[in-house]
Amino acid sequence: MPSKSEEELKFDVIVVGAGPAGTTAAYVLAKAGINVVIFERGKYPGSKNVMGGILYRKPTEDIIPGFWKEAPLERNIIEQKLWILSKDSAVNVGYRSASFDKEPYNCFTVMRAHFDKWFADKAVEQGALLINETVVESLIKENGKVIGVKTGREEGDVYTDVVIIADGVNSLLAKEAGFHPEIPPEKVALAVKDTIFLPKEKIEERFNITHNQGVTIELIGQITQGMAGGGFIYTNKESISVGLACLCSDFMKTGITPYDLINQMESHPVIKPLIEGGEIKEYSAHLIPEGGYDAIPSLYGDGYLIAGDAAMLVNPVHREGSNYATASGMSAANTVIRAKERNDFSAKGLSHYKTLLEESFIMKDLKKYRRVSRFSIENSHMFSLYPEFINQAAHEMITVDGVPKKEKQKKIWKLLKRKRSLTNLIKDAFNIWRSFK
Amino acid sequence: MNVEDRLFLNRFNADDRSHLKVIDPEVCLKCKRKQCSPSCPSKCYTIQDGKAVVAYEGCLECGTCRIVCNEFFNIGWKYPRGGFGVSFKFG
Ligand SMILES: Cc1cc2nc3c(=O)[nH]c(=O)nc-3n(C[C@H](O)[C@H](O)[C@H](O)COP(=O)(O)OP(=O)(O)OC[C@H]3O[C@@H](n4cnc5c(N)ncnc54)[C@H](O)[C@@H]3O)c2cc1C
Ligand code: SF4
Ligand code: SF4
Repeated sequence: MPSKSEEELKFDVIVVGAGPAGTTAAYVLAKAGINVVIFERGKYPGSKNVMGGILYRKPTEDIIPGFWKEAPLERNIIEQKLWILSKDSAVNVGYRSASFDKEPYNCFTVMRAHFDKWFADKAVEQGALLINETVVESLIKENGKVIGVKTGREEGDVYTDVVIIADGVNSLLAKEAGFHPEIPPEKVALAVKDTIFLPKEKIEERFNITHNQGVTIELIGQITQGMAGGGFIYTNKESISVGLACLCSDFMKTGITPYDLINQMESHPVIKPLIEGGEIKEYSAHLIPEGGYDAIPSLYGDGYLIAGDAAMLVNPVHREGSNYATASGMSAANTVIRAKERNDFSAKGLSHYKTLLEESFIMKDLKKYRRVSRFSIENSHMFSLYPEFINQAAHEMITVDGVPKKEKQKKIWKLLKRKRSLTNLIKDAFNIWRSFK
Repeated sequence: MNVEDRLFLNRFNADDRSHLKVIDPEVCLKCKRKQCSPSCPSKCYTIQDGKAVVAYEGCLECGTCRIVCNEFFNIGWKYPRGGFGVSFKFG
C-alpha cells in the first residue's frame, strides 16, 4: 500500500494528457469550480501531437461558443474532395459550397502544436492547473481503486478522487494498469506527414480559393500500394499537409517503408503539381487507432475514466477522432461532476460515462461502422484493384476515339470481370453495402 | 527527400539516455521478419549481426516499433522524460 503523508499533494481530479480529450475535460471541470490538474509530457500542449488535421466545429463550439473568432485556425474548409488514384491518373469526386464560407462554418484545418496550446490556455483561464514536461509514469492504486498518479518528477506522487486517462493512442497508462490490452497491428494505422510550405498566393491559385478558404483532398488507390489506408492533402494558411496512413499489419506484410511511401506519393503525377516548389519544414508520424467499436476497451473503473484515442474512439472511415476526443472528454467531465455530487467515484458511480457515450454520436457512429475495419483488412483489393479499374473505366469513357459509348461500356465490364470473377464482384458489393449501411 | 534530411528539419531535444530498448538482442536472432527496421518512420532501427540496434535520438515517438514486434515483444518502449524528445512546431 502506498504510504501517505499529511501534506500529500491532492487534487479533485487528475487529467493525463493535454490533447483535445484531456483539455476538454479539464476545461469543463474547472469551469464547474472543480480543482483539476493536467499533466502533459510535451514541452507545451500539442508539441507531441499530430493530425491531418481537420477540426470539426461542433464539439469545440459546445465548450467555447464562437471559438473560431480567436482560436489559431488555418483555413475554413469550403470544399472536400476524394481522389481515387491509379498510377498516373485520378477520378475526382467533390463537394464545394458557398454556405461553408460563412459563420458558423463547418470545419477548419489546424496545426495541433498551435491549437492544443491555445485550447489548454483556455482551460487554465477557467482555473485548471497545467503542468507541462511531466510524464505520468503509472497509476497509484489502493485495493484495486485508482487513487493517484506517479509522475516522473521528484517526489512526484499526486493523489486524487479520479483520474481521467486521456494519454492518446499508445496509452501506456491504461495498458500498465491492465485496463487495456496491447493493440494488434491490424487495428492501428501508422500515419506519416510532411508539412510543406508554399507562398499563400500559390496555394490559393492551385486550389482555387481565396483569403481564408481551404480545401481537403482524401486519396485512395495506388499511393498505398495495395495496403489498407489512404492519403490526404489539406491546405493550411501558408503550407500544405501531405500524408498517408496504412494499417501497421500491412506495413508488416509488404515491408514498404513509410518514408519511401510518402516520397512516392509526393511524386505521383497528379499530386506533384500541387506541392511543386514547396519546402518541407516538418516530418511527423503518429498512430491512429482503427479497431472501431469492437476494439473499445473498458472505459471506466474504480477511480478512473478513459477518453479519446486512449479509448480507441476514432472513426477511420470519416477521418474523425479529434471530435470524438472532445466529446468524450466532455462526457468524462460531466460524469465526474455528477459523481462528485454523490461522492461516489467507484466504477458504479462512474458508469454514467458509458451511458453518456452510448447516447452520443460517438457510439452510434462507431456501431454503424463496426464492420468496416474488418472488411478493409480482409479485402485489400479494395485499395488496389478497384481504384485502378475506376480510372481505366473513366479513361475509356472520356477518351474520344470514335468507338461508340455502348461498346466502351462492354469493354469496361469485360475488363473488370477479367480481374475479378462475377461471384466475387457480387460479394464485394454486398460487403461494402453491409459495412456502411 | 530521404529520411535523414527530413529528420534534420524537426526539432529534437535528445535526452542523454535512451527511452527505447531492445530487451534481449539474442531474441532477435530468432526473429525472421525483423519488422522494427522497415516499419519505423524515422529509421531508428538497424540490424547488426541479426540483432536490432536502436538509435533513439530521431524517434518520433509514434509507437509503431512496439506494435510490429508482436511475435517476441522484444522492445522496451517508454516515453522520453518530460520535455525531452521530439517537439513538433506544427504537428
Ligand atoms: C495523421 C493523422 C491525421 C488525423 N486527422 C484527423 C482529422 O483530420 N480530423 C480529426 O478529427 N482527427 C484526426 N486524427 C485523429 C486525432 O488526431 C485524434 O483522434 C485526437 O488527437 C485524439 O485526441 P486525444 O486527446 O485523445 O489524444 P492526443 O491528441 O494524442 O493527446 C494525448 C496527449 O497526452 C499526452 N501524454 C501521453 N502520455 C502521457 C503521459 N504518460 N503523461 C503525460 N502526458 C501524456 C500527449 O503528449 C498528448 O498531448 C488524425 C490522426 C492522425 C495521426
Ligand atoms: S522485430 Fe523485435 S525481435 Fe524482431 S528484430 Fe526487431 S526488435 Fe528484434
Ligand atoms: S516509436 Fe516510432 S519513430 Fe520511434 S523508434 Fe519506434 S517506430 Fe521509430
